[in-house]
Amino acid sequence: MAIYLDHAATTPVHPEVREAMLPYLDQYFGNPSSIHRYGREIRQAVDRARDQLARGLNADPSQIIFTSGGTEADNLALIGVALAQKERGRDHIITSAAEHHAVLDTCHYLERMGFRVTYLPVDATGQIQLDVLREAVSDRTALISIMYGNNEVGTLQPIRAIGELARERGILFHTDAVQAFGMEQLDVKELPVDLVTVSSHKINGPKGAGALYIGREVPLFPQMHGGQQERRRRAGTENVPGIVGFGKAAELAVANRKEHREQTMACRHAFLEELEASGIRYTVNGHPEHFLPHILNVSFPGVETEVMLMNMDLEGIACASGSACTSGTLEVSHVLKAMQLPEDVTRSAIRFSFGLGNTGEQAAEAARTAVQIARRLGQKGI
Amino acid sequence: MMVYLDNSATTRPDPEVIRVLSDVMENIYGNPSSLHGLGGKAERLVKQAREAVAKTLGVSPKGIVFTSGGTESNNAAIKGAAFQYQNRGRHLITTEVEHASVYEVCRQLQELGWKVTFLPVDVQGRVRPEDVEKALTSETVLVSVMHVNNEVGTVQPVQAIGSLLQAYPKVLFHVDAVQSFGKIPLRPKEWGIDLLSLSGHKFHGPKGVGCLYIREGLQLMPLLVGGGQEEGYRSGTQNVPGIAAFAKAALLAAEKGKQHAPRLYQWKMEMLQKLQSKLSGMMVNGDLSREGCAPHILSLAFPGLKSEVIVHALEEEGVFVSSKSACSSKGEKPSRVLKAMGLSDEEAVGAIRISMGLDTTQSDVEACTDALLRVIPQLQQVMKVHGS
Ligand SMILES: Cc1ncc(COP(=O)(O)O)c(C=O)c1O
Ligand SMILES: Cc1ncc(COP(=O)(O)O)c(C=O)c1O
Repeated sequence: MAIYLDHAATTPVHPEVREAMLPYLDQYFGNPSSIHRYGREIRQAVDRARDQLARGLNADPSQIIFTSGGTEADNLALIGVALAQKERGRDHIITSAAEHHAVLDTCHYLERMGFRVTYLPVDATGQIQLDVLREAVSDRTALISIMYGNNEVGTLQPIRAIGELARERGILFHTDAVQAFGMEQLDVKELPVDLVTVSSHKINGPKGAGALYIGREVPLFPQMHGGQQERRRRAGTENVPGIVGFGKAAELAVANRKEHREQTMACRHAFLEELEASGIRYTVNGHPEHFLPHILNVSFPGVETEVMLMNMDLEGIACASGSACTSGTLEVSHVLKAMQLPEDVTRSAIRFSFGLGNTGEQAAEAARTAVQIARRLGQKGI
Repeated sequence: MMVYLDNSATTRPDPEVIRVLSDVMENIYGNPSSLHGLGGKAERLVKQAREAVAKTLGVSPKGIVFTSGGTESNNAAIKGAAFQYQNRGRHLITTEVEHASVYEVCRQLQELGWKVTFLPVDVQGRVRPEDVEKALTSETVLVSVMHVNNEVGTVQPVQAIGSLLQAYPKVLFHVDAVQSFGKIPLRPKEWGIDLLSLSGHKFHGPKGVGCLYIREGLQLMPLLVGGGQEEGYRSGTQNVPGIAAFAKAALLAAEKGKQHAPRLYQWKMEMLQKLQSKLSGMMVNGDLSREGCAPHILSLAFPGLKSEVIVHALEEEGVFVSSKSACSSKGEKPSRVLKAMGLSDEEAVGAIRISMGLDTTQSDVEACTDALLRVIPQLQQVMKVHGS
């Protein structure tokens, strides 16, 4: 039996989500911008999904912009705000070295457009240091973008403290919550954040949908020009079935958050117990307390990442090296590099990520399999 | 009974397309970038989809980049070319009748310091290739001309423009073919097209998926970065079910279009004849010749009436048409396209668009004709009594 432990890369679509989408592929296929009834009914479906997202973040529906995914939402948040802020004489961006590529590459792009970018270092647990951030901030800082929870090692950043510092200095704050949404409670009224990225396919919704929460009075230059969709902030005919599915997925994720946390935490514990019992050499990468329960990054020193991955795959267990986007390239993860871990750790790291349908027994089985492979291949005599 | 004749706004997905989308969503949920078997399956599916789409266009699969739709493809093509080649010059040429997703991008670039020539069109809505050539300067990096206009259906001379641009190898040629694919022949490679935009939901495919054809070897500054998917041209986790369904729709449309398009043209002309013989005060916008128009779009204007009123009156009769392009149909302003063709405000605000799809039947068209024959004289009567 195959065991899928790569939920941080993407998740299966929840059956109820698929069910919710199907009518919008068939019977309700119209264009929400059309003024006739066909269009109006579809507009209402998009509005309902916007309400579902808004409720999940405790935002106002008008503050939700639907996009084609997390990458587009990150690009829009960073470029859209940076360009708007430049007009006000602010041309400096602060981010961290451990961000997802959707943020990092956008920052490189902004550098080419003349912005100055500070990439904050992270410590060995993957967290940024607040005093380093405090020093980096200046009157010209346009935006701070720090992810909520890391997609490779699960480390949570001190979001509240970062947000408070940003507020104090009158700087806008974006957080990529793609991995945290559905795991952590995200309340934009209570948390000092101005922009939040979420993505549908990471919470058992369909691929091809994402959203950006944008606070009131946050200046934003749209990046997709054309029709007047999304209050002129994102042109393009809405991906109605995708948006409807995303809305449903968000509703389910928020409603089931506690159970989901408990379930993934149980998987994590089961996995780690097996490793501990086996006596093999391993390290857990990330923060010992502040982590997303569904992401478990483990190194098996002596067994190269790709060799382990291949062997796990042969045994029917799907797991990952770094993030899915970089895993195709087999480079050493920029996140682990930024954490300055020893080379035998960075070169043998595997990400196991739990989600819908995983059980503690599956996690334990995956761990036993990893142990066998490690014994067979690298860590002989252990 | 519902008669849906607003296919230029969006189309009903083909049942086979829905099946593919739903099957893939259920069974192949891996991320194509993942190394494991499930990722591999998803990757192979995307590869097959790319090959299928390439085949329908007669291009190499390497040139197909999947996007989130026509709007993104247009943004990516125009901004991508403008930013990538700004050292060569900062001049663009387009027309006054482009879709907002081309027009507004050009205006945005204008604000950023690019020079943009918006070429005028004739009364049929057509740009003249000579005008394109005359507008070229040593600074020109891109010409963007749509294939079929979404409001009136006029076919632009993209083949002629493509061939005259062969003499200017540094000038790129982008074509928004969102309304033409599956309706009229389209050969980007033979026609000298460097960049071409398609959108799935306009040919019975899924919403939220499009593609951009990029001539092999052409570099573009990407619109979305981070992750490096689609060979770096377009980052973001690929919408695997959507892409598979898009490819299915492209294959079906390429096939069905060949048989169905001539019929659509015939029904359009029959409809027009009936309307013209029985209604007064009706204008036909655009070209009607077989070669000069897309077979599925008919634009009519009833000066003195308001398009919204006609649309709602037809809706009461179970017939769904549109006032103008869906993206702007909420705006009250008269259509920019019709104004560019020389219509007065009064004429332009009374325009409706009837647009057929590959699932339209003759009885749909007849029902629409009958509804217009009932509705228009009534509305004109009301206007006579209450108007002026
Ligand atoms: C933290 C984080 N940000 C952004 C993204 C990109 O989102 P999407 O895959 O929806 O483009 C991902 C996933 O790939 C992610 O894990
Ligand atoms: C000619 C033309 N170009 C571009 C688009 C935009 O495509 P999409 O709706 O996929 O964003 C449309 C449709 O709205 C169109 O008719």
